[in-house]
Amino acid sequence: MSKVDIAVVDYGMGNLRSVSKALEHVAPGKNVVVTSRPDEVASAERVVFPGQGAMPDCIRELIARGLRGAVLDAAKHKPFLGICIGLQMLFDHSEEGDATGLGLFKGNVKRFAAADMVDSLGKKLKVPHMGWNQVYQSHQVNSQPHVLWQNIADGARFYYVHSYYVQPDDESIISGLSHYPKRFTCAIAKDNLFAVQFHPEKSANAGLQLLSNFVNWSPS
Amino acid sequence: MGLAKRIIPCLDVTAGRVVKGVNFLELRDAGDPVEIAKRYDDQGADELTFLDITASSDNRGLILHIIEEVASQVFIPLTVGGGVREVEDVRRLLNAGADKVSINTTAVLNPQMVQDAATKFGSQCIVVAIDAKKVENQPFEWEVFTHGGRKATGLDAVKWAEYMVSLGAGELLVTSMDRDGTKIGFNNPLNRAISDAVEVPIIASGGVGNLQHLVDGVKEGGADAVLAASIFHYGEYTIKQAKEYMAKHGIEVRS
Repeated sequence: MSKVDIAVVDYGMGNLRSVSKALEHVAPGKNVVVTSRPDEVASAERVVFPGQGAMPDCIRELIARGLRGAVLDAAKHKPFLGICIGLQMLFDHSEEGDATGLGLFKGNVKRFAAADMVDSLGKKLKVPHMGWNQVYQSHQVNSQPHVLWQNIADGARFYYVHSYYVQPDDESIISGLSHYPKRFTCAIAKDNLFAVQFHPEKSANAGLQLLSNFVNWSPS
Repeated sequence: MGLAKRIIPCLDVTAGRVVKGVNFLELRDAGDPVEIAKRYDDQGADELTFLDITASSDNRGLILHIIEEVASQVFIPLTVGGGVREVEDVRRLLNAGADKVSINTTAVLNPQMVQDAATKFGSQCIVVAIDAKKVENQPFEWEVFTHGGRKATGLDAVKWAEYMVSLGAGELLVTSMDRDGTKIGFNNPLNRAISDAVEVPIIASGGVGNLQHLVDGVKEGGADAVLAASIFHYGEYTIKQAKEYMAKHGIEVRS
């Protein structure tokens, strides 16, 4: 088995080609592997944990493939990037199908509440939240933004498509915020882990920059 | 500030080339799909839609190789439609690099397929395309057509939109056949009726001739995204010009 630089965790839910193509684009020469093998996830230098579809199905498939342990271990010990449902699954619980998550972080995954979905002019806002929204680089603990925001303007737009968002109990892990129409957490960071609600692999230059920052990240 | 309204250039593809027709007929060549996709990405397009426009009527296969090539070079969302008949077609397109798949004729012939695809891959990647035409001989205003606009269905477009969302469509692409290629503007009453009836985003399509039409599509038609082909393909306007114009008229866009 050749050395795996970046493992993209595949548990059979949706399209991972976009993620692997974007990683290959920002990390030429690196061995990017889309894998459902726990040993490959365990041996990889860094791990990307994407996700699409419904969280209960994602959790079920992850466990069915024996990947739960390898993903949790990677999330604690090596550069780790969660994307979309890959962020949501890190929490205790989701309102979506009353699902139990991986429990790495305390908090809930909530649906955009129908009663809130009007803009400042009183017009209806659609769910899913689909399209390009601004991301504000929250940095409550340090005065510096996280290194994964390097060379990305505060307020840059990223591409989203989701109906649920995470609500961490511990606000110190919040590393990015967006508004729809209320403020919600779109990025969290802790030690070697970074996870985002938007899709960097579909967010043009801002997204490619974030992936490039991840690929070159050496968390202390 | 919040969610931006999207501008989506549409690439109608047949036999490996981008073409543009008038009222779905009289096709004109507009160039190579990969080159055009890259150009629009550079100009700041928010998303790209590829429609294999003769797939259903001519029983032609999918445009997988084009999507594969575009997906390795362009990192914005890609929607692909045309000739999507079964759940397995959705998988093939997603594996080739599509982010969303647009279903039109098959949704009418077999609505269960929309539900199956949404359950399997998630609503976020299932777009239902509705081709609608104003009719006089029905108890409703707009009727759904299939097979590239060749077959009437007897379905009310607004009710149909609601039904498709109930089955799991995550977005609707609403094309006015009366307006397509005419350059007289979107059918805003049609788009508004559908947008107000459903929770999911709608993409307005058919009839854009100038930049004010894009503004009207959002403000009057309630569109979450606006789709256009010919004004961009033939260099009349760039995506950037379109965004500047929309921003000047109070519409939030990604610059």
